[in-house]
Amino acid sequence: MATGIKDKVAILGMGCSKFGERWDRNAEDLMVEAFEEALKDAGIERNRIEAAWFGTALEEQHVGKSGVPLAMTLRLPYIPVTRVENYCATGTEAFRGAVYAVASGAVDFALALGVEKLKDTGYGGLPQRGRGTVNNLFWPNLSAPGAFAQLAAAYRAKHGVDGKDLKRAMAHISVKSHDNGALNPKAHLRNRISEDDVMKAPIVAEPLGLYDCCGVSDGAACAIVTTPDIARGLGKKDLVGVKALQIAVSNGEEVQYGEWDGSYFATTRAAAKRAYQEAGIGNPRSEISLIEVHDCFSVTELVTMEDLGISAEGKAIGDVLDGFYDAKGKIPCQIDGGLKCFGHPIGASGLRMLYEMYLQLNERAGERQRSDPVIGLTHNLGGFPHQNVSSVTIVGRYGA
Amino acid sequence: MTNESGILSFGAYVPRLRLARKAIAAANAWFNPGLRALAKGERAMANWDEDAVTMSVEAARDCLAGFDRGTVAAVTLASTTHPFDDRQNSGILANALNLRPALRVLDVAGSPRAGTSALAAAFAAASGSAEPALVAAGEHRLAKAASTQEMQYGDGAAAVLIGGGQPLARLLGTHSETVDFVPQFRAHDRAYDYAWEERWIRDEGYLKIVPRTLAALFKATGMEPGAVTHLCLPCTLPRVTLAVAKRAGIAESAVRDNLAAVCGDTGAAHPLLMLVHALEDANPGDTVLLASFAEGCDALLFQVTDEIKKFPARRGVKGSLARRNEETTYGKLLAFNDSVQLERGMRAEVDKGTPLSVLYRNREMITGLVGGRCRACGTVQYPRGRYCVNPGCNALDSQDDQPFAELAATVKSYTADSLTYSPDPPAYYGMIDFNGGGRMMIDFTDVDEGKLEVGTPMRMMFRIKDYDAVRGFVRYFWKAAPA
Repeated sequence: MATGIKDKVAILGMGCSKFGERWDRNAEDLMVEAFEEALKDAGIERNRIEAAWFGTALEEQHVGKSGVPLAMTLRLPYIPVTRVENYCATGTEAFRGAVYAVASGAVDFALALGVEKLKDTGYGGLPQRGRGTVNNLFWPNLSAPGAFAQLAAAYRAKHGVDGKDLKRAMAHISVKSHDNGALNPKAHLRNRISEDDVMKAPIVAEPLGLYDCCGVSDGAACAIVTTPDIARGLGKKDLVGVKALQIAVSNGEEVQYGEWDGSYFATTRAAAKRAYQEAGIGNPRSEISLIEVHDCFSVTELVTMEDLGISAEGKAIGDVLDGFYDAKGKIPCQIDGGLKCFGHPIGASGLRMLYEMYLQLNERAGERQRSDPVIGLTHNLGGFPHQNVSSVTIVGRYGA
Repeated sequence: MTNESGILSFGAYVPRLRLARKAIAAANAWFNPGLRALAKGERAMANWDEDAVTMSVEAARDCLAGFDRGTVAAVTLASTTHPFDDRQNSGILANALNLRPALRVLDVAGSPRAGTSALAAAFAAASGSAEPALVAAGEHRLAKAASTQEMQYGDGAAAVLIGGGQPLARLLGTHSETVDFVPQFRAHDRAYDYAWEERWIRDEGYLKIVPRTLAALFKATGMEPGAVTHLCLPCTLPRVTLAVAKRAGIAESAVRDNLAAVCGDTGAAHPLLMLVHALEDANPGDTVLLASFAEGCDALLFQVTDEIKKFPARRGVKGSLARRNEETTYGKLLAFNDSVQLERGMRAEVDKGTPLSVLYRNREMITGLVGGRCRACGTVQYPRGRYCVNPGCNALDSQDDQPFAELAATVKSYTADSLTYSPDPPAYYGMIDFNGGGRMMIDFTDVDEGKLEVGTPMRMMFRIKDYDAVRGFVRYFWKAAPA
């Protein structure tokens, strides 16, 4: 009988590069930046690492295929390096590989590193590319904002919400994330914005305006994991344990079948349910201290509050406007600034979210530090609302 | 030719965009002040995703409504603007209509007379056959900026189903004359037509060659010219059709409107478009004379039967003209026809190459919009997977063909995307639910800003999905348009 991942693995060290338009750096430089911080934090020699998972999504945009770019860049000593890609959950997928390797007992130390160098396309937004030989023949020529904007129309229709009220809640989400990002030296965007700025920004895909969209950045993030026993043996005291690792992937039901109405993520609901079970969380609204969700767009964050079961269905607008998810609210969401301010170097994002949780749980988050966090949740969403990969990861104080 | 042969059905398609001619004149009269005199009415203008094939598919769907497509034995497609020189355009049409593979198809081209030549040839070929043949004509001609053609041309398509049985209009006879009289031409490697002086076309062409052809047809059929109730003769020159009628002994009242004010001249499609328009007005016993002129003349004479009274209403020409959206941005005509070097942005640089082996394997799914219906649980789905999508079923290889093109749908979610590349931004797309089951995420077309809502009724239309500028290929697929 499977017992799940809870507290079988501890995070030994983490690192995160400065995110942004890193015009003067290659992807390899960003990987080193994140890795050096993680290695020092872990306090081990690099040759103790026995296996590595390398997450990058748009590899032809920077380093190319396979595990080789990671091994070459970090000069890893002929160890297994697995390159993973799973849309925007790529970074979390790399983490999952490393955690499972340690939990299985196959290795003592494993590395997960995610990187993306997006700012070499010559234009703003994510790189536009083919979707596969058959998909190219029938998929709409959709962009990420165009796909996610559809949540708004469907949500309005389902809950009878006025477009202006929804847009105001979406604006609050972006304003809140910018307030948080302003305090984070590693964030790409560190300016504060007003609700008015969001409401009046040029439209990218109706009703998403410029400030409803996350930035596009270069960045890397990294984790080194081991068992709680080994971590203690290395002198670590306040351990951060992995409580749950769940991924749910669309199988066509949303886009081809059934009652899905386009206003929520069926995958996130499935992944969250399993993650709470794995972590032993009965009431997320009262048990979770902090969340970092995949706020690729403001409206994504809004509906995700319901998909995670923290806001009741149809009630996210109220919670958002009440400040429930603000830095000083009950459950801060995107305390580090989120994708909104970090941008979304795809392979790095999931690990960047975990990095903030790790800092917060270790009381090392500086100005952003919340008092006494116990459980943190991170969430990624890759693809499109109608067809996607969703991950929910829960970390927390070991033993909590 | 037996007397039983005739027209079994008809359909038409005129694109929804109508460019006001005064918008063309406003842009170009500085160069050619004579355009001001032509700046009346509007011309039909293909959307960026329409061409002779897509418009012909729409006309053919209109024509085949209510008919068993499985009985169609032959397809002819006439145009001077076939998208492909080497790839059977009529084959694309047949695949989009999900016609049976045992099918004779033919592309007819070479002259604005191609529509009537194709129809006459199809009647000759179908003689004695029990199975109907489809004749479609579509046209999407380019014209140089500030030319009179730019004013006069329109885009559109028409289709007729011919065969034996109980036709709406019986064919009484045909006659063709072929003379290398060249009113205008377009060489193989040229995009635009080159036309000679209108007065010469009128005096030496229309007024001599057409009456001669009609006289021969009247003689062969024994019909009196005065008995003609509908004369369908495309001509962009003013008052010439009246003069032809007078010379041929046809009553002035029989001369049909050439749709210049509301559509423009649709080239090879125009005679068939005028024929469909006439049949929409026709009564039992009417005599319809269809003729077209260019490098000679074709003439076909029909007698309308009582069947016309029972013929179910369809979109046809009148419905197409009513489905109208006035366009006043002349620049769109240039941009849609690639007549101007537009800065399309880096997102337009994505390679649109189509692996032909992939297209072939998936031709029914892509060109025919065929999905599946599960025999085990009845679930309708697109595209069809090996396993049924119903989580309570998941049966393997359990699906029969389910065509989606003729099913009505409604909008479930949508967006107007200003980021992704579209030749006519913003790009509209979204999820649609089909009445009776099945759904898909798909491009929208012919959408007006602010007119889309969850629940908006939609219909499927065959359109261009992408142009592959590198290789010159056109990628077709279906889109949802407001019904």
